[in-house]
Amino acid sequence: MLDGVITNRALDHFDWRFIGVIGAILLLSIVSIYSITYTQSDVDIPIYAKQVLWILVGGIAFGAMLLVDYHKIARFAYPLYAVMLVLLVVVLVVGKTSHGAQRWIPIGPFAFQPSEFAKLVLVLVLATYYTSAPREGWLQRVVMPGLIMAPALLLILRQPDLGSSLSFVAIYIAIMLVVGVRSKALDLILLFSLMLFPFVWEGVWGALHDYQRERIMAFLDPSYDTGGKGYHALQSRIAIGSGELLGKGLYGGTQSQLKFLPEGHTDFVFAVYAEEWGFVGVLLLLGLFVALILLCMDIAERAKDPLGTLLATGVIAMISFSMVINMGMTMGMFPIVGIPLPLMSYGGSVTVATLAALGLLLNIKRRRLSLFY
Amino acid sequence: MAGIGHNEHQDYQRRLRMAKVVILLVIAILGFRLWQLQIHDGSHYRELSEDNRTRAVVREPARGLIYDRNGVLLANNVPSFTLYVTREDVDDQDALVKELTTLIGLDEDVVGRKLSARGGRFVPKKIKDWLTLREAAVIESNRLSLPGIMIQAESQRNYPAGTTGAHLIGYVGEVSALQLERPEFAELHLGSIVGQYGVESTFDRFLRGRAGERIVEVDAHGHEKRTVTVDKPQAGDDLYLTIDIRLQRLAEELLGEEFGAIVAIDPTNGEVLALASRPAFDPNVLSRELTRPQWEEIVNDEGHPLTNRATQGQYPPGSTLKIVMGAAALETKTVEPDTDVHCAGGFRFGRRVYRDWKAGGHGKVDFHGAIVDSCDVYFYTVGNRMGIETMAAYMRLFGLGRKTGIELPSERIGIVPTPAWKKRVKQEIWLPGETISASIGQGYVTVTPIQMAQVTAAVANRGVLYRPHLVRAIMERRSGRVQELPVVARGRLKVRSETLDLIRTAMKDVVTDGTAKRANSPLVTIAGKTGTAQTASIRIDTEDEDTPKKLKDHAWFVSYAPADEARIAVAVLVEHMGHGGSAAAPLARRLIETYVQLPPAQRDPREPKSVARPPVDPERGKDQHA
Repeated sequence: MLDGVITNRALDHFDWRFIGVIGAILLLSIVSIYSITYTQSDVDIPIYAKQVLWILVGGIAFGAMLLVDYHKIARFAYPLYAVMLVLLVVVLVVGKTSHGAQRWIPIGPFAFQPSEFAKLVLVLVLATYYTSAPREGWLQRVVMPGLIMAPALLLILRQPDLGSSLSFVAIYIAIMLVVGVRSKALDLILLFSLMLFPFVWEGVWGALHDYQRERIMAFLDPSYDTGGKGYHALQSRIAIGSGELLGKGLYGGTQSQLKFLPEGHTDFVFAVYAEEWGFVGVLLLLGLFVALILLCMDIAERAKDPLGTLLATGVIAMISFSMVINMGMTMGMFPIVGIPLPLMSYGGSVTVATLAALGLLLNIKRRRLSLFY
Repeated sequence: MAGIGHNEHQDYQRRLRMAKVVILLVIAILGFRLWQLQIHDGSHYRELSEDNRTRAVVREPARGLIYDRNGVLLANNVPSFTLYVTREDVDDQDALVKELTTLIGLDEDVVGRKLSARGGRFVPKKIKDWLTLREAAVIESNRLSLPGIMIQAESQRNYPAGTTGAHLIGYVGEVSALQLERPEFAELHLGSIVGQYGVESTFDRFLRGRAGERIVEVDAHGHEKRTVTVDKPQAGDDLYLTIDIRLQRLAEELLGEEFGAIVAIDPTNGEVLALASRPAFDPNVLSRELTRPQWEEIVNDEGHPLTNRATQGQYPPGSTLKIVMGAAALETKTVEPDTDVHCAGGFRFGRRVYRDWKAGGHGKVDFHGAIVDSCDVYFYTVGNRMGIETMAAYMRLFGLGRKTGIELPSERIGIVPTPAWKKRVKQEIWLPGETISASIGQGYVTVTPIQMAQVTAAVANRGVLYRPHLVRAIMERRSGRVQELPVVARGRLKVRSETLDLIRTAMKDVVTDGTAKRANSPLVTIAGKTGTAQTASIRIDTEDEDTPKKLKDHAWFVSYAPADEARIAVAVLVEHMGHGGSAAAPLARRLIETYVQLPPAQRDPREPKSVARPPVDPERGKDQHA
């Protein structure tokens, strides 16, 4: 096998469509973040400028993940996982507390959020686990990977970071489903639990009393809806709905510009975008995400080996789960859990981790082509 | 790769294709939800976002001014600072209340209660008015640490004449929750100022004006960003009263510390020249926010200063009713003018003797003498012959037992007793002796001073019953036009002019030769009739200094002048002062003398130029301003 060599031929096959879709989403992201933060004059570096910086750093991570053969990367899965566990312990000890949760490790003027990278490491670990030896029976296919994941999951829950924990479980279930658990019943249960998650959530969650929800959410996630009484959820729905067909125009989003909508540049960036760009703009963004996911699915299906397929599966699960939950929560379909919208929300760790993951995906695609050398 | 067969990889790919369908399905659901929010319910959410973004700041209109008949200012507006809080914008209510308490010394409970008043989180609630300049400055300088507060410069009602005319001018106050439910207050909102008493209340819809609105854009913290639109308020219309404030002041001074009422009417048109009631209140105080103890002090005052005795005080008319009874006796031919009745100081009816006020009696008395000397036996006799129903009919003819229609709230009607009335109200049958009492204005008969003034004015003008009114004209703010209010004649008394002439002649002699000699004036011929209204069921010697004051009779005097071409009719009632001739008549004389000597006042240029009035039409506009 030839690997790790970039030839001119390979560059010819460099996937401009893939890069183009990612770039388009990032562009919309910067515009939206600019629109909502350009009036903030009390910060040294404007937030949109910081985000550009993160995208550049993410671009380097993207390139790095692209250049090194993913088989080599996979070899470091367990050591990386060990490092990640250490970082997750460190964050609990020295971490910066914000919104009632301890998620960030301060590095100079910046804050590093290990849980975002932990998702990618989890993808590496699970894919490596399933492909490094034959895994037969439900004990090896279900319980063991669960046990491997458990320490990281518990550390993240401890922060607490409900959003990342849910992502963990989603990645775990998604990879397990693609591998298959050799049990029709369990297969179906897992599939349905993923598929019906929104509806089950509505049915069970919606049936609870307000105070019950508040208590549960306050227990799981102290940052949840600090204003109380569903204020954020309502303001977010109003922002999206009031965008109507054509939106209120750039800088015209009154919900976000006048701060009725909190966290406009992070978790609720989709609502800001939807308010200013309307249904037309939202269809454009959804279309870009669909295109991205289809391109990723294509890479996953046509990967040259099971490791490639499972890695791609994990990355797709990571990105699409975040996307669905984030959009769903801004639209009032799910409770508000702190999950950013990949490629759209402001945030260094999430941007770099997402771009690194996408780099890994392109890597998988490139190795498929290199097979034919 | 170790252990993973080719088949297995194909299996992965098959499952991935299924996953693709699932993901696309979920994204389609998201798309549907977005369609629902942005297209299907979009306009609803757009409205919600507009409500979020904007606040309507009410701009209160300047309330219309009130002038007396000569253009003297009776009610105006002075600037004051008012503190508002919008609950929606308050981050920490407890902290805010504490801060306000330390800054300007507000009562925590009061602030809390006002904040939780009806009207929703987005409506600015009035917390305190009449802030001093210093208080306003202190709050303004701490503004940034107090989100949700707002200081508004507003106009506050002011009554330059103080207590003078308080009962007729009235006072203003915040519209109550109860009032807001009534249709005439539909366009108002919590905190709006409305008239609560006097013409302030009855002419509120003219004086009130129309509130304007400033739509401002606010951020999530309630700080104003910019003004979106402004709708200017429309000031209220000005009122020109019929009152002459000089006469009003004199009437109140004449009553002094005594409880009572004086009503002066122009008998040619029903214009009320003075309407005094004592004790009075200060409308400046009542128009501000009263504390509970302040309010209780006023309500529990034994003098009931909030009662307008001129329109709400119901007293037995005593002998002043003889004007009405005399007319009834002549009109029904119960007696002829020269029919003599022998008065021996008492009237025997059944087993009881109804006494005359004069112990020895008046001897032989005809109609003229009966009125001049106020002979009770004469009226016992004619009353007994007429019967209560006839008497009641004539009382009603003169406007008793119903509202005069003066533009003041809660006017009382007194009582015109009949057997039917007694059965309805007391579930008892009418006793014949009660007819005897009623014939001299005692027993169940009660009247208000304004009613007696109306009766007197009708006699003075030879038979036209004008509705007493307080407002001559309204200056319409929008058009700038002065709208004269029509004089309303309620009709001509169905009494022959010969009868009225006989009564008028007798009333003139009451002052010169009869019971009201103390009303005799060298300046002007006054005609009148005294009355003494019994307050206890037994006759008490009211001149006896040992009699407790609250058992003493009320003194009445009704009069008009000049006797031949009357320009003023006056009804005086002084509570617990004994005989009308001694206690009430001198007051009327002073008032009348002053009136006929009054120099014409410097007229306000805005005052109506033409004094010509529309032709009198008894039907038109009957209760237009009631």
